[in-house]
Amino acid sequence: MSTPMRIRAVEEGGVTTVRVLMAHVMETGVRRGADGAPIPAHYINQVEATHNGRNVLSANWGAAVSQNPFLAFRFRGAAKGDRVAVRWTDNRGGTRTDEAAIT
Amino acid sequence: MNANRRTVIKTSGAMATLVALGIVTAQQAHAAGRPGFEARSLQDALRAVGGTPAATDQIRIVSPDIAENGAVVPVGVSSTLPNTTELFILVERNPVPLAAAFTIPRGTEPDIQTRVRMGESSNIVAVARSDGRLFSAVKETKVTLGGCGG
Repeated sequence: MSTPMRIRAVEEGGVTTVRVLMAHVMETGVRRGADGAPIPAHYINQVEATHNGRNVLSANWGAAVSQNPFLAFRFRGAAKGDRVAVRWTDNRGGTRTDEAAIT
Repeated sequence: MNANRRTVIKTSGAMATLVALGIVTAQQAHAAGRPGFEARSLQDALRAVGGTPAATDQIRIVSPDIAENGAVVPVGVSSTLPNTTELFILVERNPVPLAAAFTIPRGTEPDIQTRVRMGESSNIVAVARSDGRLFSAVKETKVTLGGCGG
């Protein structure tokens, strides 16, 4: 089971600011272990955020996004109490979705 | 949702098989359906994204002038160009320059913050697609300790 994302969504003046902290090793595939063998790449490569089921952001990532990825973005048209959901998928088919209410 | 899981797992499995057979390199497998993520030079990445962007001062890059830790460099990219539908973050001197590509639907501000790894001091290149055309801005961030490990 993966660790939950921390999502904070705050609406002010019609604009909702979403800040997400994901828990993921984001292994680049370039590092080598103690035995010299490369550690296989394992990183989030797709992110999707929705507001009440409607897409508000999509992202494709490479291995260069930092470990425990941080993401912040802003969108209009939401109200306090609405739900924002964030889903990530990684290069091994792992996936996780978390959601939060807009405050 | 279950169909998506099965599709992702099937696709990953198919690609994994191709990688195991040596038909597709691991790099290509990572990049399947994702233009630019297999490119190992800035020029190739830009070509994959759609061509040579025009320089603009309407894209703002917020990043440290000097980053102590190249593994975690905060980068913010925002565009005031009309109808910005995509934002790209590239680190010119990384082994794979394209770090992130964002699709901005209507109603979302073209204003993204994230954190990237930088292997060494490098230009950060931000590209925006505005009304279908590509524009870019550049900012140099120096790195004290490179962030790719290995």
